Amino acid sequence: MTVYSVIGAGVAGLAVASELVARGATVQVFDPSGPPGAHGCSWWAGGMLAPWCEYENAEEPVLRLGQDAIRWWQTRTEVTHRGTLVVAGRRDLPDLRRFARRTEGFQEVGAQIATLEPDLPGYGQGLFFEGEAHLDPRRALMDLYNGLIDSGVTFHKTVAPASLDNAIDCRGLHARDVLTDLRGVKGEMLVIRCPDVSLTRPVRLLHPRMPLYIVPRGDGVYMLGATMIESEDSSRITARSMLELLSAAYALNPAFGEAEVLEIGVDLRPAFADNLPRIRRRAGRIYANGLYRHGYLLAPALACGVADLALNNTHSEMVDEDRT
Amino acid sequence: MKTFYGTALPNPLMLGTAQYPSPAILEQAFRQSGAGVATVSLRREGAGGAGAAFWQMIQDLGVLILPNTAGCHTVKEAVTTAHMAREVFDTKWIKLELIGHTDSLQPDVFQLVEAAKILTEDGFEVFPYTTEDLIVAERLLAAGCEVLMPWGAPIGSGRGLNNPYALRAMRAEFPEVPLVVDAGVGLPSHAAHAMELGFDAVLLNTAVARAGDPIAMAQAMMGAVRAGKLAHDADPIEARDMAEASTPVIGKAFLT
Repeated sequence: MTVYSVIGAGVAGLAVASELVARGATVQVFDPSGPPGAHGCSWWAGGMLAPWCEYENAEEPVLRLGQDAIRWWQTRTEVTHRGTLVVAGRRDLPDLRRFARRTEGFQEVGAQIATLEPDLPGYGQGLFFEGEAHLDPRRALMDLYNGLIDSGVTFHKTVAPASLDNAIDCRGLHARDVLTDLRGVKGEMLVIRCPDVSLTRPVRLLHPRMPLYIVPRGDGVYMLGATMIESEDSSRITARSMLELLSAAYALNPAFGEAEVLEIGVDLRPAFADNLPRIRRRAGRIYANGLYRHGYLLAPALACGVADLALNNTHSEMVDEDRT
Repeated sequence: MKTFYGTALPNPLMLGTAQYPSPAILEQAFRQSGAGVATVSLRREGAGGAGAAFWQMIQDLGVLILPNTAGCHTVKEAVTTAHMAREVFDTKWIKLELIGHTDSLQPDVFQLVEAAKILTEDGFEVFPYTTEDLIVAERLLAAGCEVLMPWGAPIGSGRGLNNPYALRAMRAEFPEVPLVVDAGVGLPSHAAHAMELGFDAVLLNTAVARAGDPIAMAQAMMGAVRAGKLAHDADPIEARDMAEASTPVIGKAFLT
């Protein structure tokens, strides 16, 4: 019997394992760090399933492949389907018009903002992406993990043996020893608690340098992200980034000034030069990597592509190299 | 042809390297346009070689590298960043940017002159991002700068040349100094305008990086600076208020 060995238990590895199991394969998972946790960059993600918003500054596959993500996740974890609201400060309204030109799947909203999110005072123009959704990344990882355990998948808290057959390497930036064209893109985020403000869906505030967003996690907890810096120093958040993130929250609603800062997250997103994910087969081993800032959005498509290659030897568009 | 500290540019387009959708698109914008100079920011990517993967990608473009001190607000920060740039990119060139005003990102020209002096004495070849002020320009030249980079409009505003009169005056005042319009260009027509005024190059970033198709916009900008330069060198006609027929009218039955 063929046993597939998934190496790495971040969102990529767990999604691949989950898809393989769903298709009837026997799977084991190796990760020396153990179950999902703060050691993996997908722990720190926003968890937005927002293909239309992301398309504003990404290539076409992100829009197309990302649209299947909501359905994939719905069968595995709780997905909140309330859309995304995009707003801009008064002086950044030209950016809102540009954002609208660059993507689709939205309706322009004015006075309705007060109905959609009463706690966004002072924002008179925005874009509402009704088809988008979000999930809680940590819960999603644990749901995948527990689902796999229930299906009989063994998790090894060890480094995978080099001699494994049918191995699928989903180690993220650690796979750089083999995938030399991977780079890390620094991201910084905060988790804050502010029961005074009630937002029910992800809200994006346009900013000239980064897509700033706030994602409700329930119980007055919000995830605030995320910087994008071409740096591979993941040691600490900078004061500048902290200022920019908190200023964004404060601009959305000054009541965020009273928020408690619960967590500070800093990590590196694994990315290839075009910021799109890749599947490669080298010497029989499959490598799935490069999810960049689209871990939850594109992991389902990546997982399906890996399963297609491993089980049926068919090549999805993400396969850019196949040397069996 | 004027040189930039002894180096002749292959063409008059300098492109920034920030804000592109991906490094792959950045690379294609350079390759397809043929832009000869890449400016790189060191401040945000941090010290200690943390941005090494990205910087290596820029170096692999095979174009001239002009590191900058974008985001610096004090002489000390700018000098430190310049030293880091010299180590990382092994070049004496530095685009000296000292931000003085939060909303307009207007350069702080007083600190600019001070930093230019320090860096020039330290062997740097300084490209100062300045305003169109002629006296500041004189001070920068006295501090050892051999290139001047006045703004067209505030950084990232895409407004074009806010003050063509002052830029023309600057060109007339310093005919021998290489002049670059830096910042504010949003459209190819703005870039062509700068070249028609006799500027030696145009430096821009946002207009290309944040365009819907950065690769096409980079090519458009290259077409524009080339057209503007050709036009300037071709000695354009003077504008006049009334029509001047391009064909002779005598002998034509025009009084019917």
